[in-house]
Amino acid sequence: MDWFTSHLDDVWRLLVVHAYLAGLPLLLGLLVALPLGWLARRFSWAYPPLIIGTGLLYTLPSLAVFILLPGILHTRILDPVNVLVAMTVYTVALLVRTVADGLGAIPEDVRLAANAMGYRPVRRLLGVELPLAVPVISAGLRVAAVSNVSIVSVAAIIGVEQLGSLFTDGFNRAFFPPIVTGILACGVLALLFDVVIVVLTRLMTPWTRARAAS
Amino acid sequence: MIRFESVTKEYPDGTVAVDALSLTAPTGKITVLVGPSGCGKTTSLRMINRMIEPTGGRILIDDRDTSSIDSAELRRGIGYVIQHAGLFPHRTILANIATVPLLLGWDRAKATSRALELMDRVGLPQSFAKRYPSQLSGGQQQRVGVARALAADPPVMLMDEPFSAVDPIVREQLQDEFLRLQGEIGKTIVFVTHDIDEAIKLGDQVAVLRVGGRLAQLAAPEELLSQPVDDFVADFVGRDRGYRTLGFRTASFPTSTEPTVRLGATVEELRAVSNDRWVLVLDDNDHPVGWVEPDRVDGSVSRDALHRGGTVASTDGPLRQALDAALSAPSGRGVIVGPDGVFVGTVRARDLIAPIEASAASERAAADAARTEPGGSGEPGDLVVTEPKAR
Repeated sequence: MDWFTSHLDDVWRLLVVHAYLAGLPLLLGLLVALPLGWLARRFSWAYPPLIIGTGLLYTLPSLAVFILLPGILHTRILDPVNVLVAMTVYTVALLVRTVADGLGAIPEDVRLAANAMGYRPVRRLLGVELPLAVPVISAGLRVAAVSNVSIVSVAAIIGVEQLGSLFTDGFNRAFFPPIVTGILACGVLALLFDVVIVVLTRLMTPWTRARAAS
Repeated sequence: MIRFESVTKEYPDGTVAVDALSLTAPTGKITVLVGPSGCGKTTSLRMINRMIEPTGGRILIDDRDTSSIDSAELRRGIGYVIQHAGLFPHRTILANIATVPLLLGWDRAKATSRALELMDRVGLPQSFAKRYPSQLSGGQQQRVGVARALAADPPVMLMDEPFSAVDPIVREQLQDEFLRLQGEIGKTIVFVTHDIDEAIKLGDQVAVLRVGGRLAQLAAPEELLSQPVDDFVADFVGRDRGYRTLGFRTASFPTSTEPTVRLGATVEELRAVSNDRWVLVLDDNDHPVGWVEPDRVDGSVSRDALHRGGTVASTDGPLRQALDAALSAPSGRGVIVGPDGVFVGTVRARDLIAPIEASAASERAAADAARTEPGGSGEPGDLVVTEPKAR
């Protein structure tokens, strides 16, 4: 506790960086996953390669990715861009299937009605299909958020500072307080992400709660 | 007017869903496509707004070939009601109805006021405007579906089994309201159903399709009942055809005077007007309300004491209604009212037989005359459309 109170500033700084490194890729990953998921749903031949291919990305060991990315991107090893790119890749890996399945779960008669009303494909996607897929996509996003918060901490090994640095610090000094603090802070951050996603989802889907009022 | 010219839909695997279908759906009338499953009725309907593209022939709306019109533009100009309403679950009732106007680029205020007006039209309370589809019953959702199809005031409406997913009582109610609405708006409607009774009730003309998408018969409902062209149509139209034809025939028939009392009459008054077992009771506007047995009246005639079994027929209604009134009345005397609902007299079943026979005879004579005329109605696939019945 003493350690925590005396290092409050450091912990806060690391938490903010951690939130940035885990959170921004959630948005970027979602932006990439939306068109890929749509493609997988739109063209049945594209579904297996896209779903399996992006799914395999998640099996890439994070440490290896952090180490190899600077060579691929021509960035410095300590550049946080490496971490952002890696986390975006993991987010895409988790979300493409979610987006495809979310778009696929839209009732056939709703899709039919949208066509019959004279929707063109893009407007139908934005106006009808995506809004209806929000609950499914949101569920996938919550998993990705927790996963990102956890994986980012590995980047401490290559020297990119964030909450994971508390683990390497504690490990090097055989000193527990930073490790415990790091675990708790990661938990709090994951919970925070989850709450934000749930609240946004609720705001975007008033219709899912209307049932009870009937 | 919608014209099918030898329209065919053949799938790549060789299945023929619709086979050289030719028919005309006249402007302002209801054309019903009916047939067993696999007869291509829904496929035919969806080819009109190009949700399915024909592989042969062409479809013209008011002499414009639909294949020459951008499909999204075409669909915005055609109302479409689908089986389970197909409402957008994430949009309020108001927003659902305003869908097509907004797609057409109307400003929001105009689209909203139009949607509210339509809610009124189809009998939905305005308090539903901000609700979501899941908060409405199936019948209410279907009304929203109809309102949504009508929102941009399209001249043509396509309806794909719109009333088949609701329970029979609601269905009947929706059908009646639909006919009333059509009486006001006079759209060119193509209506698909598998229910021949619905087809006969709603159609100005009915196209019976057989499996494989071939037209078996195109005729006005009464003609379908009285002159099915072959065994398939006869079987499909079903039993009681002769009796059901009465639903389209009107004729004058004699009525007898009937002693009546008003609601609230005493036992003594009942005894004074009649010594029959049953006495007819009217309300203050001379509208019949039911039959009463004087023996069972305690004090005065209340609504609770009335026998409710008898139906009421109108002098300008079909013969079937009059016969039904006679057969359902506990007294055996059918209650007949004028067009204004005011009691006119009663009729017995035996007094209806002569008018029924006379009307059937004149129908047969007219049919014989039509058959001897060159180019007369009757052949399936014929482009000539029998004059739809007046409403």
